[in-house]
Amino acid sequence: MHALHVSDLTVSYDKKPVLEDVSFSIPNGSITGIIGPNGAGKSTLIKSILRLIPSITGEVKVYGEPYAQQKKLIGYVPQRSEVDWDFPTNALDVVLMGRYRHIGIFKRAKKAEITWARECLQKVGMLGYAERQISQLSGGQQQRVFLARALAQDAMVYFMDEPFSGVDAATERAIIQLMKNWKQEGKTVIVVHHDLQTVEDYFDHVLLLNKQLVDFGETPKVFTLENLEKTYGGKIAFLQKTPSTEKEHHAHGHLAFESE
Amino acid sequence: MTYTLWIVITGCLVGLTCGVTGSLLVLRKMSMIADAISHTVLLGIVGAFFVTQSLNGVPMLIGAAIVGLLTAFFVETLHRSGVQSDAAIGVVFTSLFALGVVLIAFIGDQVHLDVQHALMGEIAFVPWNTLQIGGVSLGPVAVWMLGGVLFVNLLLIAIFYKEIKLSTFDPQYALLIGVPVVFIHYLLMIMVSLSTVASFDSVGAILVVAMLIVPGSTAYLLTDKFFTMLWMSGAIGILSALIGYGSAVYFNVSIAGSMASSTGILFILAFLFSPRHGLVFKRLRTT
Repeated sequence: MHALHVSDLTVSYDKKPVLEDVSFSIPNGSITGIIGPNGAGKSTLIKSILRLIPSITGEVKVYGEPYAQQKKLIGYVPQRSEVDWDFPTNALDVVLMGRYRHIGIFKRAKKAEITWARECLQKVGMLGYAERQISQLSGGQQQRVFLARALAQDAMVYFMDEPFSGVDAATERAIIQLMKNWKQEGKTVIVVHHDLQTVEDYFDHVLLLNKQLVDFGETPKVFTLENLEKTYGGKIAFLQKTPSTEKEHHAHGHLAFESE
Repeated sequence: MTYTLWIVITGCLVGLTCGVTGSLLVLRKMSMIADAISHTVLLGIVGAFFVTQSLNGVPMLIGAAIVGLLTAFFVETLHRSGVQSDAAIGVVFTSLFALGVVLIAFIGDQVHLDVQHALMGEIAFVPWNTLQIGGVSLGPVAVWMLGGVLFVNLLLIAIFYKEIKLSTFDPQYALLIGVPVVFIHYLLMIMVSLSTVASFDSVGAILVVAMLIVPGSTAYLLTDKFFTMLWMSGAIGILSALIGYGSAVYFNVSIAGSMASSTGILFILAFLFSPRHGLVFKRLRTT
């Protein structure tokens, strides 16, 4: 059973195509990294799947049913920079927002919901900051609040947009742990990611994207030098051996991407 | 009830209604839309007059709500088709306001509605325009209108409290989990339009912007809690009305003008001396 099936997804801004005919099927219980250069449409891809931005063509199915009917199964961790962290509220409140669908319209959060939200904060090591104003949290802590909110949602397919960018080591570990837990619970995780060095450690599936789908599949098969050159258009510099050609895990080569 | 007391009550109701509603605009970074709607509701009032041939409360509120929605809709549409959002607001509100100004000329001398009145309001006349039912005076029409709008706004905020909060903080996530984000947006536009038209007689189109935006901005500096910000904004609105009335009487100047000025003074005080966000304490902490 495929957790997510996307076919012929095309998105454009002002008639300029940003994504062209993207089709893929992500198996259940996998962790997929969406990889590609800046401007490749990585965030656009997940946002158009989530119907946050309109697409021209394309069909999205979640567990075989149309997306609109399966919205309840979707969890989302947006990029940290997309919200105003000066908004007057605290960490617990943000996590509770993940429960709004369960609480229902017109109603207030009950004790059980608050207890659950606190548990989610604890799972990401943020319980001590529950009543803290969100503006006074560090970048990594804000990211963990977002993770707790996604956790509180209790979804089946999780989308994360650059969760590792600009976070501390503790947060990085928390994110990885959470992804592993979700995988164990049979949930599916889809992550927009830009750091090539960590791809093989984090993801069992890779989706290479540069406006079009370059390749999708299991990491060892897809994350190859040839495919990366196709994706990054030769702008990639291999300073030593690539991780994918090197079997030994200790001998990780340095892989750098020259941005324009 | 004495004349003075009615004016003070009216002022406080303006402060409270606009303060609470406006604080939401401040949080949504939509202060300029208040400026736009406060002007375009004039068209709604004139339109309501053409339909009903009177300046009655309820049709005026309906007219204002319709034009307020249209304003928000036009701004949104222009913005979506590539016009900068500030330019979109500028184009829409001046056009609709101008149309209102032109149409006012056709009303002539039948009733008391002119541009001067629409822009500046006159709270001192409020107590004489009373609601009469069966020959009994039930107090000024403005008080009834403001009270009604305050009730409706508070009710809507209470019903959609968490939806308003989430769609303000993180609209994309709100959309994802099924909050009717667009509906909430237009609901808020209706609330702003109603508050504006109810305050029109008292403070006019220009100064109502001060009552909508400044108390919210002041409360924003004073608290880090969403709920506290809402009621504090209303409280600052009331305080501005009281200080404004007092100083207007003392200095013998425009009541509406000094109410609006008071919001500005309270804002400056908060800007300088707010415990957490104030300039003075920030300085003290860094040195």
